[in-house]
Amino acid sequence: MTNPAAYLDSASSEPLHPAAREAFLAALDQGYADPRRLHRPGRNARLILDNAHAAVAEALGVRADEVSFTSSGTEAVHRGLLGMLRARDVRRVAHSAVEHSAVLHALEWWQGEVESVPVDRTGRIRGPMPEADVLALQSANHEVGTRQPVEEHAAGVPVFVDACASMGRLPLPEGWAAAAGSAHKWGGPAGVGVLLVRKSTRWLSPFPADDRTDERSSGFENVPAALAAAAALQAVVAERDEVNARQFAMVDRIRAAAAAIPDTEVVGDPVDRLPHLVTFSCLYVNGEQIVQALDRRGFGVASGSACTASTLEPSHVLAAMQVLTHGNVRVSLARDTTDAEVDAFCAALPDVVAEIRKEHDL
Amino acid sequence: MTTPVSPALELDCRGQVCPMPVIELARRITDVEVGEVVAVVADDPAARHDVPAWCRMREQEYVGDDAADDGVPRFLVRRVS
Repeated sequence: MTNPAAYLDSASSEPLHPAAREAFLAALDQGYADPRRLHRPGRNARLILDNAHAAVAEALGVRADEVSFTSSGTEAVHRGLLGMLRARDVRRVAHSAVEHSAVLHALEWWQGEVESVPVDRTGRIRGPMPEADVLALQSANHEVGTRQPVEEHAAGVPVFVDACASMGRLPLPEGWAAAAGSAHKWGGPAGVGVLLVRKSTRWLSPFPADDRTDERSSGFENVPAALAAAAALQAVVAERDEVNARQFAMVDRIRAAAAAIPDTEVVGDPVDRLPHLVTFSCLYVNGEQIVQALDRRGFGVASGSACTASTLEPSHVLAAMQVLTHGNVRVSLARDTTDAEVDAFCAALPDVVAEIRKEHDL
Repeated sequence: MTTPVSPALELDCRGQVCPMPVIELARRITDVEVGEVVAVVADDPAARHDVPAWCRMREQEYVGDDAADDGVPRFLVRRVS
């Protein structure tokens, strides 16, 4: 049997979409100039940037003037959330315990009153959110795939939505006041974030101003990359019905294969989830060891276990869900992941886990 | 914890990283009788999450945590089967 080399870590970064490559190459030669200048090359760059705004807006169902490009998803989160906090008399922010670290670090930096809202074992917040002036809620979790009920909490309080894990793959949840996305997670280039600020949202830049065309961002725009990100987003949205259905079924098969391994817990909501992502934890298995063992067999996966983290702390997401943090594997499918690759992974996984456990006589 | 629990067995897992403290717990839980308590002394930050998760998955009772004399966290597990 041959093992195809399968990249199963699209939630860290999706391979470049062909539509992005094409747009990027075309724009590299035309989009170099300063879009603020009045000469022809400047107008060309401006046109490309305007097209990128329009394409993103159309793909997401928002207004073009609600779209800003930032230098990363993290920067879009920081600007979006902190800009909302700066614009109003905010004393108190509530967020789910499973928000991305970009949200948590932004709130730490803000130094206001912050309440973390616990989640259930699937990773979803339950019941009413506490009193707060602003809520920070992700659309779906980047580690376990569980979707958050953003719509249910959006009445009466402005919600910042970190949509980095889902943008392009799923529609934006209703009720967002500002939202963030990250192009390399949908098949655009790295170094492009998308910040959305509703026209009705009060928002003030939390960082030094810049004399660019877009007051919500700063620095010289990466015009070719913005166009590539927009082209990939349009393509992903156009393809998502087909891709999501295929990936959802593949993930179901991986969930079943992992659940069949003794002392292994598949975590996250089995149904109300991202289509392309699944996480499970195997008792008595070292996270770093399983990632490396799978890599030797050609499978690239991620892990939330402490031994694979730069901080040596286990994933705060898994900890908040009260599930096992060691022996953790996150599998996320790319748009071109095949059934054969999934079959090979499902076949290899029990052996890999058994081999590691054998070292400990367990 | 309000009621002091006297463990029948204390496992010194200081300096061990995950999953070693939980492996040690799994290996040694049968050294105590059903109803008795095993204490896992572990400074690995994952142990705080993984000992209770192990108890849930292996259907043992997680009693709670206190601290060893040197201040290192100690996680208490009652063998129920």
